[in-house]
Amino acid sequence: MTFVTPTIEWAPLIPMMIVLGAAALGVLLEAIIRTPATRRVVQFILSIAALLVAAGAAVLQWATLDGAGTIVMNGMITVDRQSLLWQIIILLFGIFGAMLFASRTSAGESAFTPLGASVPGSQDETIARRKGFELTEVFPLALFAVGGMMLFTSVTDFIFLFVALEVFSLPLYIMVAVSRRRRLLSHEASLKYFLLGAFSSAFYLFGAALLYGATGQSSYEGVALVVQQTASTDPLLLTGAVMVIVGLLFKLGAVPFHSWTPDAYQGAPTPVTAFMAAATKAAAAAALLRIVYTTFYTLGWELSWLFWAVAIASMVLGTVVALVQTDIKRMLAYSSIAHAGFILVAFGGFSSQALSALPVYLVTYGVATIGAFAVVTQVRERTEDGSIGGEATRLGQWAGLGKRSPLLAGAMALFLLSFAGIPLTAGFIGKFQAFSAAIDGGAWVLVLIAVLASAASVFFYVRLIILMFFTDVPEGAEEAVEVDHSPLARAVVVLTMILVLVLGIVPGWFLDAANNAAVLLIGVAG
Amino acid sequence: MFPFLTVLIALPAVGAAVLWALPTQARGRVREIAIGFTAVELILAAVMFLQFDRDAAGTFQFAETHSWIPQIGTSWALGVNGIGLSMVILAVILTPLAILAGWREDRDVKKRTNYLALILLSQAFMVGIFVARDVFLFYVMFEAMLIPLYFLIGMFGGLQRRYAAVKFLIFSLVGGLIMLVGVIALYFQGPGGPQGFLTDNLTGIDFSTTTERLIFLAFFLAFAIKAPMFPVHTWLPDVAETARVGTTALLVAVLDKIGTFGMLTLCLVLFPDAARWAAPVIIVFAVISVLYGALLAIGQENMLRLVSFTSISHFGIMVLGIFAFQQTSIEGASLYMFNHGLSTGALFFVVGFLIARRGSANISDFGGLQKVVPVLAGTFLIIGMSALALPGLSPFISEIMVLVGAWGAVPVAVAFATVGVVLAAVYILWMYQRVFTGPTAKGLKKTRELTLRERLVAWPLIGLMLILGFFPAIAINYLREPAQDIVSIVSVEEAGS
Repeated sequence: MTFVTPTIEWAPLIPMMIVLGAAALGVLLEAIIRTPATRRVVQFILSIAALLVAAGAAVLQWATLDGAGTIVMNGMITVDRQSLLWQIIILLFGIFGAMLFASRTSAGESAFTPLGASVPGSQDETIARRKGFELTEVFPLALFAVGGMMLFTSVTDFIFLFVALEVFSLPLYIMVAVSRRRRLLSHEASLKYFLLGAFSSAFYLFGAALLYGATGQSSYEGVALVVQQTASTDPLLLTGAVMVIVGLLFKLGAVPFHSWTPDAYQGAPTPVTAFMAAATKAAAAAALLRIVYTTFYTLGWELSWLFWAVAIASMVLGTVVALVQTDIKRMLAYSSIAHAGFILVAFGGFSSQALSALPVYLVTYGVATIGAFAVVTQVRERTEDGSIGGEATRLGQWAGLGKRSPLLAGAMALFLLSFAGIPLTAGFIGKFQAFSAAIDGGAWVLVLIAVLASAASVFFYVRLIILMFFTDVPEGAEEAVEVDHSPLARAVVVLTMILVLVLGIVPGWFLDAANNAAVLLIGVAG
Repeated sequence: MFPFLTVLIALPAVGAAVLWALPTQARGRVREIAIGFTAVELILAAVMFLQFDRDAAGTFQFAETHSWIPQIGTSWALGVNGIGLSMVILAVILTPLAILAGWREDRDVKKRTNYLALILLSQAFMVGIFVARDVFLFYVMFEAMLIPLYFLIGMFGGLQRRYAAVKFLIFSLVGGLIMLVGVIALYFQGPGGPQGFLTDNLTGIDFSTTTERLIFLAFFLAFAIKAPMFPVHTWLPDVAETARVGTTALLVAVLDKIGTFGMLTLCLVLFPDAARWAAPVIIVFAVISVLYGALLAIGQENMLRLVSFTSISHFGIMVLGIFAFQQTSIEGASLYMFNHGLSTGALFFVVGFLIARRGSANISDFGGLQKVVPVLAGTFLIIGMSALALPGLSPFISEIMVLVGAWGAVPVAVAFATVGVVLAAVYILWMYQRVFTGPTAKGLKKTRELTLRERLVAWPLIGLMLILGFFPAIAINYLREPAQDIVSIVSVEEAGS
């Protein structure tokens, strides 16, 4: 067997190359620039510039796309409108994420520990803090994660998908571990996330191997052709398919593969949580969408029980457990599990409408999620000496926020209403699209369960609104909570608010884009 | 042509934005500004009323159709027929009165601004619902309206307000979201396309029997919760007891009409076969509502709860009229929707006046007020008489039309419902007796007489009820044709009679 060098068409890969190139450059800058303050500014500008240029390049590609798209490297990557749309979405989340990473409280603190390698509570840590160290590696790490996710949405080969999966997962494991406060919790979160992530990777890899064993193919298209031709379903094939899907459901955070979510969301530095919650879900949904609609579409009937069961379990468990949470980050984590269920509802009917519905759902969900966590970064405890301390994540501490900061409380209420799917917010359009896709496929029973779950979920969203607006600040606690005014985080809150309203009231332009993207270059459906 | 309907929706919303945008120092006159907006709205609606072509009351007039989100088939499609017009008029009359009735409620300017802005915002959605000609738009308004209302109940009012607000929200959302499933399913049954949600395009679809029934139920449940019908009425007394009187008056007098309005204009028109199929059961529930509401009203100690139970009883009569599928009964039900708004709105307002004087809504805290404040007592009595359908006041004629009209179709149900009408005399007169007659209760000797502002709230409503009581034809002329259209759609097969 001779080794043939694959010809690679570089042009369609430009957006990813920009992001990954900037990430590599960022790592170099870490070594070159010594002054922490300068390094932080340079890294921030580099990240934002790279993400913006990449987004510009992706939009340009979208506008000038020749035909349906391009297949790169013998079918390992497919750049079509669907993948470009997801890339743009992830870049948008990346930009918001980078802004939150760079945000600093009025006391000049970032969300990250000054020296990740120091033992929590040790002398080293104190020295690092006193000397003004900055952990600026998070910027290149985030770029790697964004690059990996972009790749994840465009890959059309089971083995290459694993590479993309690891490229975006590994940086996230590190980013979860570097919280400035409550570092042990952060470490624990990272370890859990890592172990369960490795577990899910193994699931995925085993599934991919089984698929290869059953079909002798590793590309989506190759497997798809065999799947179509097999009259009776091969147990090897079916097991492989289920395991691959399970691997992706881990990343999506759906029940019963959700157990990392609350801990990781709570322990991670909140900017990382914001980015991770929005972008990981988007990437996972995109990859799942492509695999299902390219490869397993003809297995629809055999696989639909899996989607139904996981969707119902996620919605019910996410909603019920969120009701009893007392920590806002954990509550949002369980809400994200419920949303993973709603995402899967769109798959429930195996209708090709899901191809246009899911980008809409993930954008509406992601924007509100980033906004909500951006609000969380600004509600702070006040330390004994009167300066701004850590985040006030206990729900009780949010009482009376509407009086302290009408902007933040109003924004949070808007995001919560969007999660709940109230009309005139983005979340309603997302839910409407997802439910339409399911009903189009005849899964109206699933939708009925979904609407009941979303009615129940209103309980805990509204509970926070009650706390913020209808409850007075407890006696004697007037000084315990402080609202921070970091301009970058404020900017994220305002931008996401605007997006939530625009997508809720005049979503036509975005629905058009999603409809245009609803064709897969290689695929059975659509 | 002047886009009346869009302006009628936009104006209160703009008013709300203006109030919120005012700097704190400039908020001294928020009440006047809010009243100003509602007054302009009232004038606009009056002009529209005069331009409305009464001879074509069955068609949608002042129609506007603009593309909104063509990708999902929805348009900004507005229009009013006679029924919609009557509801819009009701909304624009009662909103300024509600503001006037609560003129002295807030000392805190910030709180006052929030309250008024939320009232204006709800008005925008109320008008929007009654003029929407697109099912998606209707749904959006229907759900979005919950948010200002939720804040109105939860931020202002009595001790139990948070509980009441959440109960209201959850009840409404469960109904609303189930309706959403119906809305989506309906779209897939219809012709689809960029105008697939237009009511016109969804009328006369050839459903399979099961599909039609399921979608009908999804819609009907939402409307039954809103209209409060037994057994999904339990949120109303709690809300009425704790929310501000202005909020409750608007909620019961106008917003709850969305339930019956939706049954009339969507359930019957879009799903005629399913409506006929479900009618017997619905009529049973309607009659239960009539009797149950009336009986519980008699037993109430709190006046606000009492009035809300009378409404449950009255809504039962409307639903009975609607699902009897007779020309007269449907005309009567639509007329009752308007008259009940006047009567219950007024009743809540005067109860509010009493509460403002005593600081309590409990009947046992009152007594013998007749001698101290005869004008207030007289006003209360006339309004109370309208609620028990005294001839000469407008609710009488509508109630009679419903009962007489429905007699031909469902005589047994009518017989039971008539008992409810008799019970109305008991709860109203007994309440009057305990509050106004007998020895004057302690501390009530110096009760203030009805002030000018309060007269301005209550008397116009009494005037309207008297005019429509003696000349009901003024209103019926607007309702006859729409009722005819609905009857012709729903009784194609001659079933149900």
